[in-house]
Amino acid sequence: MLYIFCPHCGMRSQNEFSYGGDATVKRPELNKEVSDKDWDNFVYNRKSLRGKHWELWQHISGCRQWIKVERDTGTHEIFNTLKADEEISK
Amino acid sequence: MSQNFRLEDGGLINREKKLSFKFNGKTYYGYEGDTLASALLANGVHLIGRSFKYHRPRGFFGAGVDEPYAIVQLYRNGETEPNVKSTEQELFEGLEATSVNCWPNVNFDIGAINNFLRIFLPAGFYYKTFMWPKSFWFKVYEPFIRKAAGLGVASIKHDKERYEHKYEYCDILVAGSGPSGLASAYAAAKNGARVILAEDKPRFGGSLLTSEVNIGNQSGKDWADNIVTELKKMPNVVVKNRSQVFGYYDHNMLVMSEKVSDHLPSTKKYHPKQRLWYIRAKEVLISSGSIERPIVFGNNDTPGVMLSSAAKEYIKVYGVLVGKKPLIFTNNDSGYETAIEFKKNGINPIILDTRKNPDSEIITEAKNLGIDIKFSYVVVAAQGYKKVKFADIASISDDKNYLGKIESIKCDCICVSGFWTPTIHLASQSGNKTKYNSDIDAFVPDKSKQNETTLGAASGVFNLDETLKSSFEKGYELSKKITENDNKISFPNVVEKKSTSHDKFWCVPLPKGKNYKRFLDFQNDVAVSDIEIALKEGYRSIEHVKRYTTLGMATDQGKTSNLNGLQLVSNIENKVVPAVGHTTFRPPYTPISIGAIVGREIGKHSKPTRKSPMHTWHEKNNAVFVDAGVWLRPRYYKQGNENLFEGSKREAKNVRANVGVCDVTTLGKIDIKGPDAAELLNRVYTNAWLKLPVGKARYGVMLREDGIVMDDGTTTRISENHYHMTTTTAQAANVLSHLEYYLQLVWPELKVNVVSTTEQWAGAAIAGPRSRDLLQKLFPNSDVSNEGLPFMGYMEGDLLGVKARIFRISFSGELAYEVNVESDNGNFMWEKIIEVGKEFKIQPYGTEALSTLRIEMGHVAGSELDGRTIPYDNSLEGLLSKKKDFIGKRSLSRKAFVANDRQKIVGVVPLDKKTSIPEGSHLVKDSKAPLPNPKLGYISASCWSVEHDNPFSLAILKDGKNMIGEKLFVMSPLKNKVIPVEIVSSHYVDPKGERVRS
Repeated sequence: MLYIFCPHCGMRSQNEFSYGGDATVKRPELNKEVSDKDWDNFVYNRKSLRGKHWELWQHISGCRQWIKVERDTGTHEIFNTLKADEEISK
Repeated sequence: MSQNFRLEDGGLINREKKLSFKFNGKTYYGYEGDTLASALLANGVHLIGRSFKYHRPRGFFGAGVDEPYAIVQLYRNGETEPNVKSTEQELFEGLEATSVNCWPNVNFDIGAINNFLRIFLPAGFYYKTFMWPKSFWFKVYEPFIRKAAGLGVASIKHDKERYEHKYEYCDILVAGSGPSGLASAYAAAKNGARVILAEDKPRFGGSLLTSEVNIGNQSGKDWADNIVTELKKMPNVVVKNRSQVFGYYDHNMLVMSEKVSDHLPSTKKYHPKQRLWYIRAKEVLISSGSIERPIVFGNNDTPGVMLSSAAKEYIKVYGVLVGKKPLIFTNNDSGYETAIEFKKNGINPIILDTRKNPDSEIITEAKNLGIDIKFSYVVVAAQGYKKVKFADIASISDDKNYLGKIESIKCDCICVSGFWTPTIHLASQSGNKTKYNSDIDAFVPDKSKQNETTLGAASGVFNLDETLKSSFEKGYELSKKITENDNKISFPNVVEKKSTSHDKFWCVPLPKGKNYKRFLDFQNDVAVSDIEIALKEGYRSIEHVKRYTTLGMATDQGKTSNLNGLQLVSNIENKVVPAVGHTTFRPPYTPISIGAIVGREIGKHSKPTRKSPMHTWHEKNNAVFVDAGVWLRPRYYKQGNENLFEGSKREAKNVRANVGVCDVTTLGKIDIKGPDAAELLNRVYTNAWLKLPVGKARYGVMLREDGIVMDDGTTTRISENHYHMTTTTAQAANVLSHLEYYLQLVWPELKVNVVSTTEQWAGAAIAGPRSRDLLQKLFPNSDVSNEGLPFMGYMEGDLLGVKARIFRISFSGELAYEVNVESDNGNFMWEKIIEVGKEFKIQPYGTEALSTLRIEMGHVAGSELDGRTIPYDNSLEGLLSKKKDFIGKRSLSRKAFVANDRQKIVGVVPLDKKTSIPEGSHLVKDSKAPLPNPKLGYISASCWSVEHDNPFSLAILKDGKNMIGEKLFVMSPLKNKVIPVEIVSSHYVDPKGERVRS
């Protein structure tokens, strides 16, 4: 079971969190024209990466905040966690 | 029966307390502190079971967790447990056990005929035999094998025992309480670290219980006892025996199984039988020790052949002789220690040492004691069927290829030592790659992957002085890092006998003309010849060889067989062992009971149960409950002998005729506040929300980004910046997360707060033509007339001093209201409604009537909003705003979603107006068309329409828009039904929606 650092609560076990997918996907702005391809990429297309991956988790049994977690999908190593409003630096 | 093989004194058992027990129906006696194995051996019982494949007689091989043979069916306190290792099961008064895998009994086992058929049962025999003709597998072979094979029998009764889970955090977890475990735990604890020390056996001390060493001027055992006593007194230390750390998972999470009550005749009140610990440790010290390896020789599975260390443990811990004419067969000094223990107790052992001219302190001591030692000698084969009677022995050439003349000598046990294998399971599970150490012919942990360190024998260090030094140092070093304390304890002086190197010899060659079975895996009957066949047939990867031959796959997971198997594969392949590699170690290290894994989460405890504040009233009024997610909801209120159909029909009819009340507390409720609340709703829902006035409710549908309907419900504007959202019972949690996602990540600029208030409000839906009359009586000071409180209106009211929210909304399609009060007042509200409603013939109604009412009205619910439908499919396209963007809107223009013949909700009525239509049935054009019959749609919900008094269903049907009036067939192969039906509008009752506005 993973041990995840919540920037609001500290180290917590995985069973307090809910997984939320790729953290780097940006929702197209409202009321803007979006091509079929861009929309498909937003809704469906995800890379199934092996290695470092920024992903979303929600601390549902804790502070209920969505957080960004940089995790190695192969080894489960966690490198970094950010609050929802903190930008991922490349 | 007397304990003929029990020594006069000695051992760590309590001779004051004699215990009686039964094995295979016969009564025996042992002492408190015995294991079942030691007590049976004390009584001279060596035959305990039959092997898995050939049904050969099986005795005892070890004295602990590594035991491959001596597993039993245990009976305790009216329960039974299969495959219990008798070497681990502690004796208690009244214990009963029987052999497994033998029929009709252990002495006369019909399956033993397999032993003579073994030429037909080679490696992989399952895969190549019995495969033809195909039909014979199910009818003949499989049932036969089932009867003859298999181990213990699992109980089919409900387990009455209680199992617990515990979550624990510590600085340092020490797995194993041998010298390295005690030293490191002690050093760390003294330096202020929070330590958990876990020992799988009942006694602490590991090898110190059986070795002749001296630490700090005390015997090894006394030193261990004193350390444990001191550790137990320290507030920062948890000391646990009977506790096996069996799994090492990600992020230093370890799982330990504590056998709290297995050693007692029955579990004490308020105690669990077992407790599963989830331990998150900052550092893990693995001091799991090592297990002695067997040497492979002919008939080496005969009862009486056992590990030399086990024989020593039976003498030193239990005061039991495993034989009175022992033969010690060794390739290293460990066998001498066992021989010396026999000699000290008046028994004359013979040592066969494969080495030519070894010299060490221990060997000199054995010589001085006058023990008969034969160097360059081996056991060629054990002789005797149910017990060793003779051993064929011979000298062996220096290159170990040629045997001298074979002699036969009398013996009643053969104690084997083929050197030691470090127990690296935990380190390997943590991700440690392990490396081969050719000095000890075994794998040891390499670079740590997680925060784990392996110490002592588990790391391949068999010297006590070195083990203690490195363990004290590591315990101190790690605790210093964590606690930043600097309290180092002094190191005790150590006296131990020096030993010399072992012989890299592990398998005795077959003498000419002999074809003895030489076993590698004792529980699964895998012999040298089986591995040879597997390799001959082309298996190369050790993982494949393992699965093909079942080497190391039994309940002991090859603790004594793996390395010899690897040696054999590498010899045949002409490779070195590290090139062959070892199979993956996976948790659990040793079998764990299902009960311990499940813990308390069984039956009704497998998930939480949520009850509304009115639950007790429902119970008292004969409600029949149904699980709705985690909620318990009344399905109907039973009157007399009514069944579900009759009861729900009565309740639904009464709603249409008079007035009914339904507990709707379970609906999800979300409180939304903030200046941008309307903007959020406008983006989340498909329809327009910016102009909803205060005091009005609106029905809304929300989508996922892929255009699929996520949920529906009404939201009410309580005040300028305050909204009350309702969701379906099932989606309440998901909708809240959905809103939080958009507010926190996508549109953080919106000034809105959302919070779940599901449990803060109790809700009652009052529905039916007389509901307004009732409401007026409940709220005499409020104007609830059609003008005062119009459809989709909202007001606050005073219910006899209790503040209430009144919504004019309807799910039943009747004139209806929903009244909410704070949860604590829920029961008060409910009782008042029932009391005042009497004159209007009120009846409570459950979820079944609720469904009936909404189905015949054509209102969609969970069975239509099932994660596969878009708004159009549910005839909700009128709610899609063209003027604004919303979540999921862009997806709705996808090609499949705008197809001309897109599926749509319809009503379905059987032509005979009698036959009920099973939910989930398919709609087809032609009931006799060849399979696969093209499916046009499916039945999503069915009811008995109380308005029309005939069956009515909703269906999602291809091109539903143009299908009204068509005649189709409903087919349910599952229920073997074909029903001719007519497609009608989904709005079967009050299609214009006049009642809700009346």
